[in-house]
Amino acid sequence: MAGDEPSRRRNDRALDEDVPMPRQDPKERVKNFKEVALGYTEEMAVAEARRCLKCKSPQCQKGCPVEVPIPQFIDCIVQGRYEEGIALIKSKNALPAVCGRVCPQEQQCQMNCVRGKRGDPVNIGRLERFLADWEREHGVRVPERPAATGRRVAIIGAGPSGLTAASDLARLGHGVTLFEALHVAGGVLMYGIPEFRLPKEIVQREVEYVQSLGVDLRLGNVIGRIATIPELLEQGYDAVYIASGAGLPQWTGCPGENLGGIYSANEFLIRANLMKAYRFPETDTPLRIGKHVVVIGGGNVAMDCARISMRLGAKVCLNYRRSRNELPARREEIENAEEEGLTCNFLNAPAEFYGDEKGWVRAMRCTCMELTEPDERGRTGVRPIACSDFEMETDTVIVAIGQTPNPIIQRTTEGLRTNPRNGTIIVDEDGRTNLEGVFAGGDVATGAATVISAMGAGKRTARAIHEYLTTGPRGDRT
Amino acid sequence: MYRIVAKERLAYKHTLFTVEAPDIAAKARPGQFLIVVPKEGGERVPLSLCAYDQEAGTVSFAFHEVGRTTKELGTLQEGEGLFNVTGPLGNPSEVRRYGRVLCIGGGIMIAPALLQARALKEAGNEVITILACRSAEFLFKREEAERVSDRVLIASDDGTVGERGLDFLTDLLAKDRIDRCTVIGPVVMMKRVCELTRPFAVPTIVSLTPIMIDGMGMCGACRVTVGDRMLFGCVDGPEFDGHRTNFDELIKRQRSMLPEERLSSMLWEHKGGCACGRR
Repeated sequence: MAGDEPSRRRNDRALDEDVPMPRQDPKERVKNFKEVALGYTEEMAVAEARRCLKCKSPQCQKGCPVEVPIPQFIDCIVQGRYEEGIALIKSKNALPAVCGRVCPQEQQCQMNCVRGKRGDPVNIGRLERFLADWEREHGVRVPERPAATGRRVAIIGAGPSGLTAASDLARLGHGVTLFEALHVAGGVLMYGIPEFRLPKEIVQREVEYVQSLGVDLRLGNVIGRIATIPELLEQGYDAVYIASGAGLPQWTGCPGENLGGIYSANEFLIRANLMKAYRFPETDTPLRIGKHVVVIGGGNVAMDCARISMRLGAKVCLNYRRSRNELPARREEIENAEEEGLTCNFLNAPAEFYGDEKGWVRAMRCTCMELTEPDERGRTGVRPIACSDFEMETDTVIVAIGQTPNPIIQRTTEGLRTNPRNGTIIVDEDGRTNLEGVFAGGDVATGAATVISAMGAGKRTARAIHEYLTTGPRGDRT
Repeated sequence: MYRIVAKERLAYKHTLFTVEAPDIAAKARPGQFLIVVPKEGGERVPLSLCAYDQEAGTVSFAFHEVGRTTKELGTLQEGEGLFNVTGPLGNPSEVRRYGRVLCIGGGIMIAPALLQARALKEAGNEVITILACRSAEFLFKREEAERVSDRVLIASDDGTVGERGLDFLTDLLAKDRIDRCTVIGPVVMMKRVCELTRPFAVPTIVSLTPIMIDGMGMCGACRVTVGDRMLFGCVDGPEFDGHRTNFDELIKRQRSMLPEERLSSMLWEHKGGCACGRR
């Protein structure tokens, strides 16, 4: 087709804009927990895929932490070869339905897209989601299992990093046991990200896919308690990958923080997402929420807490100590939340929480802040303004100011080197810890980050583990 | 599935389950707890470990049928399965040779207290076990207590069996030198015991059972103030120095979901759930 010639298409102004994602109307969606973004239809997907310029040296792929062959799968959509397209993605990424929904593509693959120089970049994430959803509707094909190598790997944590490493190692023929501490696999995909951003049914289908590759999933196994890492190695595992995430909540340290109605973001999300408390009393785990919720923090976790609270009927105010420009949450999430009615209250930090006679929070005192010069890491500084305190009424506070790694494994693994400041496990670029055969990656090594960076670490570490299992330990270990 | 191999009725609405969980049994120690998920989609309930048998590959836990999930749990029979049992969680009790120790169990927590008493006895201590209950019909495992302790004392809230209340502890502490006291039971009772032992400066260890969900350090619902520090019941405990524990805060926190818990329980019974112990 002549019209498809790259030079012609590049200059076609009509193709500058991407195909918009159909979404639930904000007024409607704030009353339900159904998925907000509805997904492309086939026509929309093909139209969006046709915007790809098929660059000779594709930049998009360089931005993908798990190395998905992006131009190739997009071409498959253009030609209607969906089965081949999803197989291409899955050769690198075991969780495409997840990544297509929650990856910050605008900071990764799409940031590099040549189309983006003048108009909207090709919406790679939505196309990935389209293929993943197409496959789920048309039957998931399980690749053939390679011959077993006889090597065994224990992976700790069935979150994004553990699932990715498990899938890569299983596809290389290694015997993989995946230990999950909770009673459901998926990690943050299940307990952290809400249903309306990532339906739990979809996460479970991705988990089933990883299991279908031959991975042995053990639920309710808290490593460090039921078995320690040295014990796993004694039991005959040749290598261990620690991907236990960053699950320990951080607190403000302000007086009154232990009052009723003050939740860590983790508690709030675990109740709402993992235990499905948004359907209480139909489900068994309750979640008490008042009328005036204050969420403290400005990341994606804070946005998730705010959006859940609004769906449960509360008026929600987000208190963030920097300004709008510094909000660490994805732009799209902030827009979604504000469309749904979120009020943002910038440049203030909590100072104290006040309770009623029953020990329930009734108000809080905040201090106004001002921005200062960026610190050595380039993050805008912030300092309190003297005599600027003000009070706010609230009956529910959610503290969403970050998580650090869970200490159980670090406390029970003698000699494992960790960062004393934040409890992260110290690893090299391929995820090797200071202990022979013990690897770590994802949030437990980096501190709280994104799903895709944890997956990228899982992929890199799986490669290093494979090398370790096939060629033996490196001589130059330090 | 974790199969229930034995169900024992300890008293009215007080039930003890022994379940097959060989991996947990192999690692379990006194003072630890389990998280039980009775059915898919059900609550995660933290329950203190009451016994473990490495050879049989079983662990036991006891529960008082007060809320929706414990009532439903009480309807399960031998041979049926639990969706998930996670453990052992929390830090094991510190069991050393202290000398003469008091081991106090209250209500349903008499069952885990006996596991502690046995361990303390095996470590060479002289163990005085106190079984505290609401009234005579809620007293159980007296014979077992006699077997694992040097002396057994009984106390009840209404005086229908043994001493009335726990005030007799003052006389006991005044008369005999006590080197250590461990107590596990309702928070109000633990608070009272700490008040009574404080004047005698007897180190008093309490085993706390705050609200928790994951039981492994994630949610922070179980946070307690001990001294001037905020600690987590699940990963820092469950045992803490009772004389430094802020019980008033803990009591308020434990009641924070009470209306929801009552609603859930009522709805369950309304829909035909029955807590009489049969189906």
